[in-house]
Amino acid sequence: MEMQKLYLLVPLAPLVGAIIAGLFCRVIPRWVAHGVTIAGVAISCFASFLIYKDVMAGNTFNGPVYQWLTSGDYRFEVGFLIDQLSVTMMLVVTFVSLMVHIYTIGYMQDDPGYNRFFSYISLFTFSMLMLVMSNNFMQLFFGWEAVGLVSYLLIGFWYTRPTAIFANLKAFLVNRVGDFGFILGIGLVLTWFGTLDYAAVFAKAPAAADTTISLFGSGKGVELMTAICVLLFVGAMGKSAQVPLHVWLPDSMEGPTPISALIHAATMVTAGIFMVARMSPLFELSDTALSFVIVIGAVTALFMGFLGVIQNDIKRVVAYSTLSQLGYMTVALGASAYSVAIFHLMTHAFFKALLFLAAGSVIIGMHHDQDIRNMGGLRRYMPITWLTSLIGSLALIGTPFFAGFYSKDSIIEAVKLSHIPGSGFAYFAVMAGVFVTAFYSFRMYFLVFHGEERFGQTAHHAGHHDAPAAHTHHDAHAADADAAHHGHDAHHGADTGHGEHHGLAPGQKPHETPWVVTLPLILLAIPSVVIGYVAIGPMLFGGYFKDAIFVDEQAHPVMEELAHHFHGAFAMATHALTTAVFWLALAGVALSWFLYLRRPDIPEAVKSRFAPIYTLLDNKYYFDRFNEVFFAGGARLIGRGLWKGGDAGLIDGVIVNGSARFVGWFASVVRFFQTGHIYHYAFTMIIGVFVLMTLWVTRA
Amino acid sequence: MSGTPLLSLAIWVPILAGLVVLATGSDRNAPLARMLSLLGAVAGLLVTIPLYTGFDVHTPAMQFVELRSWIPRFNVNYHLGVDGISMPFVILNSFITVTVVLAGWQVIESKVAQYNAGFLIMSGLMNGIFSALDGVLFYVFFEASLIPLYLIIGVWGGPNRVYAAFKFFLFTLFGSLLFLIALLYLFLASGGSFSILDWHQMPLALNAQVWLFLAFLIAFAVKVPMWPVHTWLPDAHVEAPTGGSIVLAAIALKLGAYGFLRFSLPITPDASHELAGLVIALSLIAIIYIGFVALVQDDMKKLVAYSSIAHMGFVTLGFFIFSAMGIEGALVQMISHGFVSGAMFFSIGVMYDRAHSRQIADYGGVVNTMPKFAAFFMLFAMANAGLPATSGFVGEFMVILASVKHNFWIAFAAATTMIVGAAYTLWMYKRVVFGAVANHHVAELTDINAREFLIFVLFAIGALGMGLYPQPFTEVMHSSVNELLHHVALSKIQ
Repeated sequence: MEMQKLYLLVPLAPLVGAIIAGLFCRVIPRWVAHGVTIAGVAISCFASFLIYKDVMAGNTFNGPVYQWLTSGDYRFEVGFLIDQLSVTMMLVVTFVSLMVHIYTIGYMQDDPGYNRFFSYISLFTFSMLMLVMSNNFMQLFFGWEAVGLVSYLLIGFWYTRPTAIFANLKAFLVNRVGDFGFILGIGLVLTWFGTLDYAAVFAKAPAAADTTISLFGSGKGVELMTAICVLLFVGAMGKSAQVPLHVWLPDSMEGPTPISALIHAATMVTAGIFMVARMSPLFELSDTALSFVIVIGAVTALFMGFLGVIQNDIKRVVAYSTLSQLGYMTVALGASAYSVAIFHLMTHAFFKALLFLAAGSVIIGMHHDQDIRNMGGLRRYMPITWLTSLIGSLALIGTPFFAGFYSKDSIIEAVKLSHIPGSGFAYFAVMAGVFVTAFYSFRMYFLVFHGEERFGQTAHHAGHHDAPAAHTHHDAHAADADAAHHGHDAHHGADTGHGEHHGLAPGQKPHETPWVVTLPLILLAIPSVVIGYVAIGPMLFGGYFKDAIFVDEQAHPVMEELAHHFHGAFAMATHALTTAVFWLALAGVALSWFLYLRRPDIPEAVKSRFAPIYTLLDNKYYFDRFNEVFFAGGARLIGRGLWKGGDAGLIDGVIVNGSARFVGWFASVVRFFQTGHIYHYAFTMIIGVFVLMTLWVTRA
Repeated sequence: MSGTPLLSLAIWVPILAGLVVLATGSDRNAPLARMLSLLGAVAGLLVTIPLYTGFDVHTPAMQFVELRSWIPRFNVNYHLGVDGISMPFVILNSFITVTVVLAGWQVIESKVAQYNAGFLIMSGLMNGIFSALDGVLFYVFFEASLIPLYLIIGVWGGPNRVYAAFKFFLFTLFGSLLFLIALLYLFLASGGSFSILDWHQMPLALNAQVWLFLAFLIAFAVKVPMWPVHTWLPDAHVEAPTGGSIVLAAIALKLGAYGFLRFSLPITPDASHELAGLVIALSLIAIIYIGFVALVQDDMKKLVAYSSIAHMGFVTLGFFIFSAMGIEGALVQMISHGFVSGAMFFSIGVMYDRAHSRQIADYGGVVNTMPKFAAFFMLFAMANAGLPATSGFVGEFMVILASVKHNFWIAFAAATTMIVGAAYTLWMYKRVVFGAVANHHVAELTDINAREFLIFVLFAIGALGMGLYPQPFTEVMHSSVNELLHHVALSKIQ
């Protein structure tokens, strides 16, 4: 009973903080806002830790909190499932959230929306916890949409910026496309299993493994489990930004950096990964769905990595690396290595949050310039940020002994062992991805922290491809009376074209950030180094997840085979030094060192030599253009056509006003008979009498 | 049924209050008229509360029944009663009346007494519609309720109000005539009864059922409104004053949908099954076609009016897939739409009162000058887009899930509203509220006052309460909906 109150405390503590900071954001002083929200998240984090210890002692829980709705034979409840999987997520979410809360004190200190921001991130923490703690699909969907809402609010946090309010609308709508599939998947689950409770559905699912449903008329049906899993995965593609629903994530960088770390790197975007792992008993029943998952993941992992190579905005480089890493996790899911995916989710949460927060620290130090071409040599001025960034980058590229190494290497090994159709391509993609990741990560690292100091120069590399747009943005800002609304990266780097207003003045030097910023960096750097070494043994091979994740050992023996190759964390790291993966990563680092520190002229030459490829990458494979023209433009065209043609033209024009006109016309004809002249009436009468008489006579 | 005649009170308290308000006469007594109207509206709401607290959820039978002879020669009775389907709407209607009186408080300055009296009388008449169990009584209330709304649009409306009022009146009158014919046919066929409950039990040949069904369909489709007889609604909304729009969206649109449950399904069950495909097709057209049309509207009221039509498409869809969750989801959607669209029209009214424009292009950056308003508007926009934890989600969720069971592709088509609904609502929100201050009109806006704040809070309690805990709303429906489904499953052909 006591534990159940503790379960309830975990999501409710941040919610209370969010409500206090949100409802009274105009009256309470700043310390109250960050005080209550940080207290709420800290309580939540501590409670999660107690629950973790309890779960490790073998006490899992699955039960309702309250009955939300009953209808017909169906019951929908709000309830919690506390097991090894959810408690892991709870720890990651509350810990990263706590770090981000503290960091925000420093990052948002000049922003007039300070209290509102704290309210939002606490509300996000609540929503995310409801998502991961859910024991049923209804609540999962609730959390799913709620985190989407907060993401929407936070991307558009600086609501006067045209790019921000474009990006948040785009993020919401693209996610809605995913949710469209998701809710249909939930509908199929309810139709076939009669419940949305996880445990009950998982118990009934194996019996439905061979069921086929006829979706496309007569002819051969579709496997029920394939349909359900693919539809659910469409939801995951939206939330976890898998190709082709990835387009919202790079734009989400319009939001303040703390939320890029918390929502768009560490937690929310991994909701899709978590969901598939949670649904492992369903996905295990459909090889087709797993193939679909692995191919989508592989495409995302490789092709989004390429885009990271040409980005010059520090946050966007990290954003594309997030996309690519999400692809790795998805590949692991497709290879039935769910625990490996969750493992990578966890290590990634730490080192990616670290990289984002470090990027934010650099942005503060650079006075809101985000263009890495304007940086260089920062290691001397920002030592803590430099070292923690180096740790994050090393973890990201999979340097042996670092956290990212254990999880990423396990993914690559798992894919190698997988026999799911598409795993061959996926293996190639994740291998090539290692090189690409190392290359763009260290390109950024070298450009920011090493080499010549390029800041403080008056001539900035402003205005590249979207230079004309820059003027409109500039004008919009000039018109904005309330200049105080602009926060730290309100005017960010050259990508949006007004870098010239920001950055360091000539002669000015970057400075290290205050302790509220660097402390979270240090606290995140620790797990970025050690968590992999500590956790890989128990988490992947020690039966950590017990019944929380289900793998069909017969059909997909990947984890079992992986366990044969595993001889301890230390041996794994030393063995890695002899593998291709390690040398690929090293080659990537070496190449970026050579190109960006030794011979900076070569990248420029390559860029002009391979202009078509550069253009393709610069336009992000034209996904955005296509969506804007085809979907957004198409929808408006259809809408206008139906409105003007259908409603105004056909229904009102022809039928409604047409019938009115017909009545009018009829009346105007009849009117001729009402002349008011007595002789007309008399004449008509005589004609009538004559006709009648004629009829009468001829009949007789 | 002994005790106080609660339903009579729910009908006559607002009507009498309306007459008293009317007696205050000219605008010299406007403050008195306002106070009396508020008192009347609150009293009208209070007398409906016992309908919920005293409601027996275990029986599908009519409750709080009152039966008196009215015109004995034609066997017409003053017969009232509510079940789980109609009871929530009596309360919703009385609730909306309170918000409408408050919404017009500082805004309506000419003919105050007449304006408020119109709403109070209409409120009583609409309670009459939801509780009438006699065909003639129903018809009288059904038609009489048109008159106040017609006057409200025609007198206090916008520049094009006469055209809109006429269009509204003619559309609905056209439907009503067919409805009257159907009632007379039923009177004759049943051997001289106007009791709706008798008609439910009466055997009918399929041929007769089909004709009756079509007559009902046309009558109710105009009210709902369903595609293609929906074009009066955007015009009516655009011209109506804020209060008129709130009542129109929150209550008047529900009358047609209620008619389907009270007349079409139980009286002509076989025809309902035969022609369900037609209604489902029209519903899906409403959801998809109207969604796209809403996307390109330049006028905020038109946009929300079109979105109302799309939302009502979910209601008719839910009815005609013949499952408990479908019908209950549709009923939930009806109640939710009362809160959400009422609040949306009120939000637009708040802006209109200040800047005197409903054009999206005339706004931009409203959040800078009206942050409190922007927060409430965000809540209701999200509810309109069906975000979980708001009432807008519950009905859509139930209807989509229920329709997956009926036919996957129907659900597929209906679920597109997840995308399109979010697109038109949030795109409007973006253009109106977000961004830098667009012009000096926006710069001069003042944030909401205490009265407007109170109205928003009332709507927010409805929208959030129902979204977080819908069980109390659906609990009362179960018995009646199950009984209805049971009844509809039985053939009436003999």
